[in-house]
Order: sequence, then structure tokens, then C-alpha cells
Amino acid sequence: MAIWHELLRKEGKLPKWPYPIRYGEENTVEADVIILGGGIAGCHAAISAARKGCSVAVVEKGPTKYSGDGGAGVDHWLAACTNPCSTITPEEFTESVNMDMSGFDCGIVRYINAKESWDAALDCEQMGMKIRDDDDEFVGASFRDDETKLMFAYDYESKIDIRVHGHNVKIVLHDEMKKLGVQIYDRVMVTSLLNEGGKQGARVIGATGVNSRTGEFMIFKGKAFVNTMGHAERVWTFSQDLKPMWNDMNQAADSMAVCFKAGAEFVNVEQSHYFLNNPYSYISYGAGNYSNTWYPCSIVDADGKEIPYVDRDGNLLETYEDRLKPSPGQKFVLGSGYGAPITYNNQNMALTPTIADDIRDGKYKLPLYADLTSIPAHERRAIFGLMVGNEGKTRIPVYETYTKAGFNPDKDMLMVPIFPPEVYVLNPGCYTSGIPSSTYRSPSGGLLVDWNLKTSLDGLYAAGYTVYGCGAHSSAATGGRYAGRNAADYAKNVAYAEISREQIEAEKARVYAPTKVEKRKFGWKELNAGICRVMLDYCGEFRCEETLKAGLDLIKDIEDTEAQETYADNPHELVRVLECETILTASKMIIEASRARKSSNFSMGLFRIDYPDVNPPEWDKLLPFRLEGDKVVSRELPKDYYLQAPYADNYAENYEKYCAK
Amino acid sequence: MNKETYVTPNAPMPGNVIEFNPDICIGCNMCVDACRTDVLVKNTEKGQPPIAVYIDECWNCGCCILACKKQGAIIFRHPLNQSLLVSWKRKETGEIFRLGMKNPPPAYTKPPCE
Repeated sequence: MAIWHELLRKEGKLPKWPYPIRYGEENTVEADVIILGGGIAGCHAAISAARKGCSVAVVEKGPTKYSGDGGAGVDHWLAACTNPCSTITPEEFTESVNMDMSGFDCGIVRYINAKESWDAALDCEQMGMKIRDDDDEFVGASFRDDETKLMFAYDYESKIDIRVHGHNVKIVLHDEMKKLGVQIYDRVMVTSLLNEGGKQGARVIGATGVNSRTGEFMIFKGKAFVNTMGHAERVWTFSQDLKPMWNDMNQAADSMAVCFKAGAEFVNVEQSHYFLNNPYSYISYGAGNYSNTWYPCSIVDADGKEIPYVDRDGNLLETYEDRLKPSPGQKFVLGSGYGAPITYNNQNMALTPTIADDIRDGKYKLPLYADLTSIPAHERRAIFGLMVGNEGKTRIPVYETYTKAGFNPDKDMLMVPIFPPEVYVLNPGCYTSGIPSSTYRSPSGGLLVDWNLKTSLDGLYAAGYTVYGCGAHSSAATGGRYAGRNAADYAKNVAYAEISREQIEAEKARVYAPTKVEKRKFGWKELNAGICRVMLDYCGEFRCEETLKAGLDLIKDIEDTEAQETYADNPHELVRVLECETILTASKMIIEASRARKSSNFSMGLFRIDYPDVNPPEWDKLLPFRLEGDKVVSRELPKDYYLQAPYADNYAENYEKYCAK
Repeated sequence: MNKETYVTPNAPMPGNVIEFNPDICIGCNMCVDACRTDVLVKNTEKGQPPIAVYIDECWNCGCCILACKKQGAIIFRHPLNQSLLVSWKRKETGEIFRLGMKNPPPAYTKPPCE
């Protein structure tokens, strides 16, 4: 017996809820620093705050030991610019990524990433994650530095991306937190932030949550808070029956909704991309491809004919090693996983762009295959044994599942999905994430932060994907460390504040409403899918003022009607319904942000029918916005605000001043 | 199998991502607590394998297996709309294999880099 309907057939009745129901019961937790979200950023934040002597509590929706984007492991440690072998400075890295993002990137987050990535890797090594070839399995490999035993990926000359054995990363972080006495509250969804005096925009002094197993109401009272609850998902695309490649079901828009309602300022919320959220995706890193983890595996056609790689200028590359160094005139190859679009500046080597015509002309026969057998043995083992074997969502789902079924990387070639020929020329990430379509959209953007990684609200710090312009595991780890240190310093100088009873009562009434719905019309899935459909049509590939306004009105209407008729029969469903409410809030934010930018913007993936000019100079700026009462208040900010007064005009000086080491 | 016919809801999709081997599983419920979306709940009968209630919320991450102390107790299968596309070709012989095929080739037993 495996699934519930078999149980139903056997026992003739539904099983009782296996956990005690505690709807409405309160549990109050007090700690100097409260970390909202227990993913990579949250764990590092908790550890760094605890090491500064603070009492720390972590609130996490899943099980901290295995939750978040990094919950099943990590294979590459990016932007380790200060490792002893690197030839790239943190400044060079930050400026390069920012150029790829047309300056709409968060230089603070990128610089912290480049500056502390290596320190964070060393820290994880201390905790028990393997970051070197300690067993000498790869002696003689060209990506291995024999002195440090570090192994590099993507660009063997610049050496900033380290191949790591990170399958146990969350377990070692979890154990370290336990050792430091961090209190961990798993299975709790954060539902609101509490401002001092109950006043929106005032210092954050508390947070509320609901337990997804018991329905218990949690109150977290703290001196400082670090929000690491990730980015928003399930806004444009929602499919459980099919499987999007990357986001798990817990990723709704919790961070956006709770911080926005508390008065925090957001930026770049009008930005979205469409790479990872395709419900017709393939198994993560489980289809033949040459992207990211699999870079630069040889690709052959059905007859075994190898498809040549070319550099960024289209010059054919003769050897395998040629694929792993910069093109002539290129300082370094950015590699994969930073969240930046592929540009001339940053690009990896790629398959020849003639491949589409070559397939049509019959020069290459479909299907194509990723041919691990023909590449050097150390490279094969590094791609499949080390990286696929340690990356999140691949150790069991790909390595173990495939090899058990007989896939032998020494003998076999893995099939590349069958696409229209033009797709093979696109970003090779598509080989596993599926044919890109503007329909399968994911929001970007996030909280605006200062050099303390503080949000616009006192007492509220942020790290990881919840901050705009953040990308990669090491970016979450470094931001977490930095925000945790700053939150700890802040907490030492302030006192706890009184939580408003009125605010708690209002939140309790809101949180439990789905358990008391009289007109039981919709389950949470139908509501989620409905919201996505509205966002697709009214705030999709092409937007204009009229449709955006109509979409906003429709979303607001749903909040008062269908959302009120969506029911929850147990605490698990309750959390899913509450998540839909966060998605409604995020949808309003995205529409408002899209309306505010009266231009099209390429790097943001924003295209307006009524303002078709792409990146006009007068719109070359950030448009932060926040909530004041029910009103959205916007302002303008230079893209590089973090290098302008009151800050110093260079990264290093600001970092030294604010890093709270 | 009960010969009665019942009115049952449609089976969830995907519905067969996680299967337990009751001969190996000891019902310790480590997997229940490792799952990020609470796909599993413990069995009403002590010592029996958990039940996959929210199977459609599975992220296919395999953390239940990472947490499991009894090798082989949990069998993981990708949803059909993904697994049916996983195919490989043996370079020397040209043989084509796929996930889920009837007579699969022998397993490759070298573990991933630890």
C-alpha cells in the first residue's frame, strides 16, 4: 500500500490526521535574532549570529536538515574569487556580472558573494562538507590544483568556481546550528511581521507563523530579524501534475507578502525570466546536455558524429581543453548558475550555431546524445560522479536511479531531448529545463537592501534569493553570513519591544479563516491555478496600462470573492491556502511595479505595448516601492545607489566599513 | 485483492514516485520527517511503511532516501512524463536502453564521489 486511495480501498475510511490539532493555540518564542527561513542563507545567518553570542531561533517551513534550494546538495561553489588559485578579483567579478545585467544587479550582494565565498566554503569544510579532493581520486586532472587539492569547474584558468562534494551541506549546517544552541522551529510558515506599536513601516519586533502539521499559532519575539525566505514562485506557473524543474511546492510568495505588508521597500519586481519554471521540463540535469553541471560534455549525433564547440566569436575549438578557458580577449568565463543572462561578455563556449541548419540539411541526425565516454576519464568522473553525484536533486534522482537502471557513464551516451532544431542553438540550459516560453515565467526582483544587508525597515535584514540581484548557492551562503553578523550587532544595542495584542488577534482571524469557510467552493490548487491564469493573460509577455489595471482589479476582486471561498481541511492545506494569499499579494506587487516602469527593458524581460522603447536612458534607474496604508508609494533610485553618497564610491571601502566582522 | 468495486477518486498524478518495500522498511518514519512538503505520513499501524498522502507535491529530490537507514526500503521513480524520455545508447553496441524498461542492463555499481 503506497498511496492514500489504496488505503481508502482497504480501510473504507479516510485516515485520521496524524498530528494533534492546535488551531488558535499560541506558542511564543523569544530570541535576540530570529531567522525567517532555514535554507542556505538562513542557516548561515543563524550560525554567524550565534557565533557573535546572540540567542537565535530559525523558523522554517520544511525540515531544516533537508529544506530549501540547497536541501539535497550542492556541486559547485561559485565566485570563490579569494581562493588561493583564483586570478579574478572580487571587483572584476562584481563589475562583470553587473555589466551582464545592464547595471540592474545588486552590487552589494554580488560583491559580498565574491569577497566571502571562499571563506564560506572553508567554513563549510570545517563543519564537515568536503571541498577538496582529499582522497586524491583526481590526481593528474587538469582542473585540480595539487597543492590545495581544490578542483575547479567551467574556466580552468580563472579558477573561481570550485567543484565540491556538497551532498550533505544542509546536514552539516543543521548540526552546526544545534551545536551552537540555535532553536529550530520546523514546519512553520511565517504569516506576518509585527511592527513596533503595530505601525506599518516601523521597526520589526516580531513575526507570526502557523505550524503546517498542528495548526499551532507561533509568535516570534526578537530584537533583530533576518528574512531568508527565498523568492516568489507559483505566480505565473503552477503545475503539480507535470513537474517544473526547480521550484518546490513550498516556494510561494511568503517573503514578498509579509515584508510588503509590513512596509518594506522592494525593487525590480517588474523583472521576470523564463528558464526554470517550465512544467514540461526534464529531470533536473537528467537529460543529455552540456550546461552547468554537465559543461562541457561532448555532444554527438545519432551516428556518433561529434558536434563541434565554438568560442564566442564562432571560431571552432579543436580540443576538449579549449572549451575550458576564456575566448581570446575575454577576461574570464562566468560559468553557470549566477542568474545572469548569457552575453558576449560572459559566455561559455557553445555548440556551433550552424547546428540547426546542419540538422535540417541532414548533416547531423537526431537524436543527439551527451557522450561522456569520449571525454577524458577524470572529466567524466567529475561531471557525473562528482557533480551529478553531489548536486541537489541529482544524487538519488539521477546518479542512483540511472546507474541502478544500468546507465554506465563509461559506456553509455545519454539522449538529448528531441526539440525543433533551433532550440539546440539556445542556452543549453534548455536541454533540461525544456523549450523556453514566455508562458512559463518566474518573478525576479526582491527586497531593497543597504550595505548592512538591512531592508528599509529597522530590525529587518535580508539575504539569499529574497534580495534582488542574488544568484547561486554561494551567494545565499555569503549573504546569510553577512546579514547574520549585522543583525547580531544591531540586536546587541536594542531591547525587545511590546507586541500589539490587537495585531495578533487580527492575524489569527486572518490565518484561520480558511478552516471556517462556509461556502466551500475551491481547493487551494484551483485558486492557485486561477491566479496564474490571470497573471499570464494580464501581466504576461506583453503588457500595457489598460490590461495591467484590469488585471490588478481582477486580482483584488479575487481576494474578496474566490479566495474567501477556498477552504482548508487540515493544517497542511491551511498553509497551502495561505500561500495562495501571498501569491495574490505578489501578483499585485508585480502589476504595480510593471505599471511604474513606463518603458520596455530587455534584461528585466519586461515588454510594454504602450512603451515599446527598450532601455531608454530616462528609465535607466531603479524604481523602489513600498506600501503606505493601502497605497503604493514609488520613488526613483540610481542603479548604483550602493556606490553613491552616503556610501564610498568603491566596493572595498564599503565592505570594510559594513561587513561587521 | 477485494473483488468489490468502489467509487474511488482518480489516482493522484504522479502516483507512483515513492514505493516502500515492506520487507525492508521498519517504519521508523525518518523519511516522513525528511520530506520538505510532508508527502508522507506515518502508518496507522506501528512498524509499517509510511503512506504517501501528498504524493503530487513530491519535489523528486530523493531526500527521503538520503535520510533512510535501510537501503532499498524506498524505491524512487520519476513521474512517467519525465522518466519515459530518459534513454541512453551503448556506444559500442548501439543498443538503446531506457528508464523503466523490461529487462534492464546490469546496474553500474560505482558510487558517486563521497
